[in-house]
Amino acid sequence: MEMAIFLVMGALSVGFSLVMILARKPVTSAMSLVAVMFCLAVLFALQSAHLIAILQILVYAGAIMVLFLFVIMLLNLREKEGEESHTKGYGQIFGGAIAFTILIVAVGSTSMSGSPAGLSSDRFGTTAEVGKILFTKYILPFEITSVLLLAALVGAVALVKLRMR
Amino acid sequence: MMMNNYLMLSAALFVIGAVGVMIRRNVIVVMMCIELMLNAANLSFITFANYRHDMTGHAFVFMVIAVAAAEAAVGLAVVLAMFRNRETVDVDEMNSMKG
Repeated sequence: MEMAIFLVMGALSVGFSLVMILARKPVTSAMSLVAVMFCLAVLFALQSAHLIAILQILVYAGAIMVLFLFVIMLLNLREKEGEESHTKGYGQIFGGAIAFTILIVAVGSTSMSGSPAGLSSDRFGTTAEVGKILFTKYILPFEITSVLLLAALVGAVALVKLRMR
Repeated sequence: MMMNNYLMLSAALFVIGAVGVMIRRNVIVVMMCIELMLNAANLSFITFANYRHDMTGHAFVFMVIAVAAAEAAVGLAVVLAMFRNRETVDVDEMNSMKG
């Protein structure tokens, strides 16, 4: 059952990501990316990362992609006739194929041994456990993240409001 | 065995994102490809966390999502400012800092 869900969602996510990089219109790319994120959320939930799956949908597919769609809407680009949206990138595609082969061989030749030490399976992945680790061991990075988000907020507003003429 | 499948899917998504960054000329689509690469890395984190039954991977993915949100907000603001000045979103035409 897990294998079947993985195969369907994996094929869908690879297909939609290919649509994303090949589509001519930016809106098509954005909607394909939303589909990829939904597939990945299912895969996260399949690996008992429930909180991360919900966050993936709320933050990525919700907030970040709405931001992208807003910017696409604001720019209101006109499709110019006869203009290429891609560079002719046979070299890049070849390089990507080589990188993919290397990664697959590396993953395939690795045998993950050793006992999976850690939590018992009924506590692993619960929201309570994520909260516990975020507020004890990783409290400093967690707090610094809030400063980072504030800086990004101020920076984004300052950049957009700036009159640079 | 199942874990290797997840890692191969993660590698595939990462490479598709990297190729997209290289072949696309619209800067907004390039940023979307970067988000796809971050998502592929997140899938690896979750896979290793599930294998080791260690919650650290979940904490990392949480941080990555927060950083990606900040990156998207600032990056899109830069794109908007650039579009106001130069009337283009083509990465090949954004070459004013090229020596």
